[in-house]
Amino acid sequence: METYLDRLEPGVQCTISDIRSPEPLRCRLRQFGLIPGTQVSVRYRSPDGGVTALEFRGTVVAVRTRELKKIRVQLL
Amino acid sequence: MRASDAQKITVALAGNPNVGKSTLFNALTGLRQHTGNWPGKTVGVATGTLHKGDKVYEFVDLPGTYSLSGQSEDERIAGDYISSGSADCTVIVCDGSSLERSLILTLQILERTHTAVICVNLMDEAKRNGIIVDANKLSRHLGAPVILTSAGKKQGIRELVKQIDYTARDNGNKLQKFGDPIASAERIAGECITVAAEQSGDFRRNVERLLVSKRFGIPIMLAVLLLVVWLTVWGANYPSELLGRFLDGGYWILKSIFSGVPEWISGLLIDGVYATAARVISVMLPPMAIFFPLFTILEDIGYLPRMAFLLDGGMQKCGGCGKQALTMCMGLGCNAVGVTGCRIIDSPRERLQAILTNAMIPCNGRFPTLIILASLFTSGFASAFGVAGCIALGIMGAMGASGLLSKTFLRHEKSVFLMEMPPFRRPRIGQILVRSLIDRTLHIGARALKVAAPAGALLWLMGNTSALAACASFMDPIGSALGMNGAVILAFFLSLPANELFLPVVIMLATGTGNLHSVVGTGEELLLSMNWTLKMAVCTMVFTLFHWPCATTLITVYKETGSIKETAAAFVLPTAVGIVLCFVLNLLL
Repeated sequence: METYLDRLEPGVQCTISDIRSPEPLRCRLRQFGLIPGTQVSVRYRSPDGGVTALEFRGTVVAVRTRELKKIRVQLL
Repeated sequence: MRASDAQKITVALAGNPNVGKSTLFNALTGLRQHTGNWPGKTVGVATGTLHKGDKVYEFVDLPGTYSLSGQSEDERIAGDYISSGSADCTVIVCDGSSLERSLILTLQILERTHTAVICVNLMDEAKRNGIIVDANKLSRHLGAPVILTSAGKKQGIRELVKQIDYTARDNGNKLQKFGDPIASAERIAGECITVAAEQSGDFRRNVERLLVSKRFGIPIMLAVLLLVVWLTVWGANYPSELLGRFLDGGYWILKSIFSGVPEWISGLLIDGVYATAARVISVMLPPMAIFFPLFTILEDIGYLPRMAFLLDGGMQKCGGCGKQALTMCMGLGCNAVGVTGCRIIDSPRERLQAILTNAMIPCNGRFPTLIILASLFTSGFASAFGVAGCIALGIMGAMGASGLLSKTFLRHEKSVFLMEMPPFRRPRIGQILVRSLIDRTLHIGARALKVAAPAGALLWLMGNTSALAACASFMDPIGSALGMNGAVILAFFLSLPANELFLPVVIMLATGTGNLHSVVGTGEELLLSMNWTLKMAVCTMVFTLFHWPCATTLITVYKETGSIKETAAAFVLPTAVGIVLCFVLNLLL
C-alpha cells in the first residue's frame, strides 16, 4: 500500500519510493542515507506530534513531521 | 634524543558525529588536548599529541560530519583538511553498531586520500546489539586497513597506533573510486555485517519510549532540569563558603607580607585586585564545578538530543528550533557557554536569534543575587519558589524576544530540522570530570578572572575617591524611574566584568567603603539594614534577569558573530526589555 511518511503510526515499517521535498531537506536526508529504496521504520513522535523519529540504516534521526509530507512510501 | 630529533607524524581523525571520535581522541592522546568538545560539534579543530618511542604523533580531531559534499562550515573544514594532504594518515572513525551509515562518509574520504586507516569503533556497543563485523572482508572491499576498537574500554588502541605508523610510512593504498556512496555503502555493509538476534535492546528502547512519551516526557525533563539547578544552587553554598574562607586567609597573609609597602600599593593590589578576584572565584567556581559535570553527564548519556526533540514544538512557535532550547539550558550554567553552544544551530538567522536572547536566561553568577533578594521578604519554600519563578520569567523573556525577532529583524523561513538521536550510552564519569572541570569550569573561571582583576583595581580607585558616590547620585533619577536607586544602577554597571560582583558592590556602595573585602556577613542582613523595599527588590530581580550580558559573554558574542553591530544588539536587546519591565513595575507597585 502506498502512503506518505508523515501519516505513519510509530512502529510501522516502509520503503521510500519517492522524495519530493524541497532541496535543502532532500540534500540533508541524502547525507544521512535516506533515498528512494531505503527501508525506514517510524520509532516515536514528540508529545505534540511535531517531530518524528525515523530509524534507517541503523540510525535514529529526528525530522519535523510536516517535512515528511512529500515523501511517498510503500508499506512493508 | 632531543625532542626536535623525533619523527613527527600528523594523523587526522575524521568521522560522523556520535561515533565516539572524541573518546578515541582522548584514548590516543591521554586527554592532552587543547579544546573541548561541545554537544555535537568539535569547536574549530582540536589537536593532541602522543609520544611513543622516538616518534611524536600529532592527532587532529576534525569536526564530525555526515558528508564532505555539503555546504556547512564543518563539512568545508573537514573536506579541505583531508584533501590538502596535510596529514600523513587519516583515521576514518566508524560506528560499528551502524556501520552502513558510517560507510557513506568513509567512501567519500577514501576517494580523497590514499593514506587512510578505517577504525570501526563502538564495537562493544555493536556486540551488545548482536552485530558482527568481518574486518578482513571489509578491508578487502574498501582497499584500506580496518581496525576494530572500543575506545571507551581502550580496546584496539595499540593495534590502531601500529597500523597508523605502518600506513604513514608506507604510503598505504591507492585512491579508490566507488561510484554512488549510498548504494556502495549498502552493498558493502550487507556483505560484511552479520546481525544476530538483538540481545539487550529492549530495555533501552523501553526507557527511550518512556523519556519521549506523551505523558511522561516533558514532566521527566522538567524534573531533571529542576534537579540540576537545585543541586547547583544549594550544593554550591557550602564549598563557596569554604573557598571564601580559604581565600580570606590568603588576604590576611598578603596583608602582612605587604605591610611595609605604601598604603596605596597594597590597597590597590590586595583590597582591589585580590579581594575582587577572590570574591568572584569563591562565588563562581563551585556552582560551575557542579553544573558542568551534571550537564556533561546529560550530554554523555545522550539525553540532550531527546530534550531538543521534546522542546522543538514549543520553540518553533518562537521561531526557533529544539536546539535553541538546549543552548538556553547551557545558559543556566554560563551565558558565554550558551552563546558558544549556539554553533549546534544550523540556520544562521536562528543561530543569531539564539545568541542575542541567551543572556536573558539567568546564569550561575546571577543565582546568588536572585536567591538573596528572593529571601529578603519571604522565607524557606516561598523563596525557592521565587527563584524558580525568576528562571521561568527569564525563559519566557528569551522565548518572547526570540519570537519577536523572528517576526521582525530576523524574519526567516522555518529551517530544516534534522537531528541524530544517538543511542543511550553509559556515562564515563572520569572523563566527564576531566572534560567539564578542566575544559569548561577552569577555562571560564580563568576568563572571568582576567576581567575581575582589573575591575577590582578600578573599583578600589573609584571607591577611595569620591567618584563612586558622585556617580551613584548622578544615576539616582534613572534608578528611581526604574524602581531602584542610583547605587543599584551603578552596581549593575560596575558588575559588567562578572555578574557575581553585583551584590558585593551594592553593599560596598551602601557602606561607603572602597573595599570588597570588608563586605562580610550575610547579604540579607546588610540589605535589610539598608531599608530595601519590596518594590526595590522586585525591580532589581527583574533587572538582574534583563540587562546587558557580562563582559565575558559580550566578548564571546563578538567572537562568535564577528560583528560589532550584532554584539551591540546583544547588549541593547535585554537591556531594553529590562528598562520597559522595570518602568512599568515602578508605576504599578
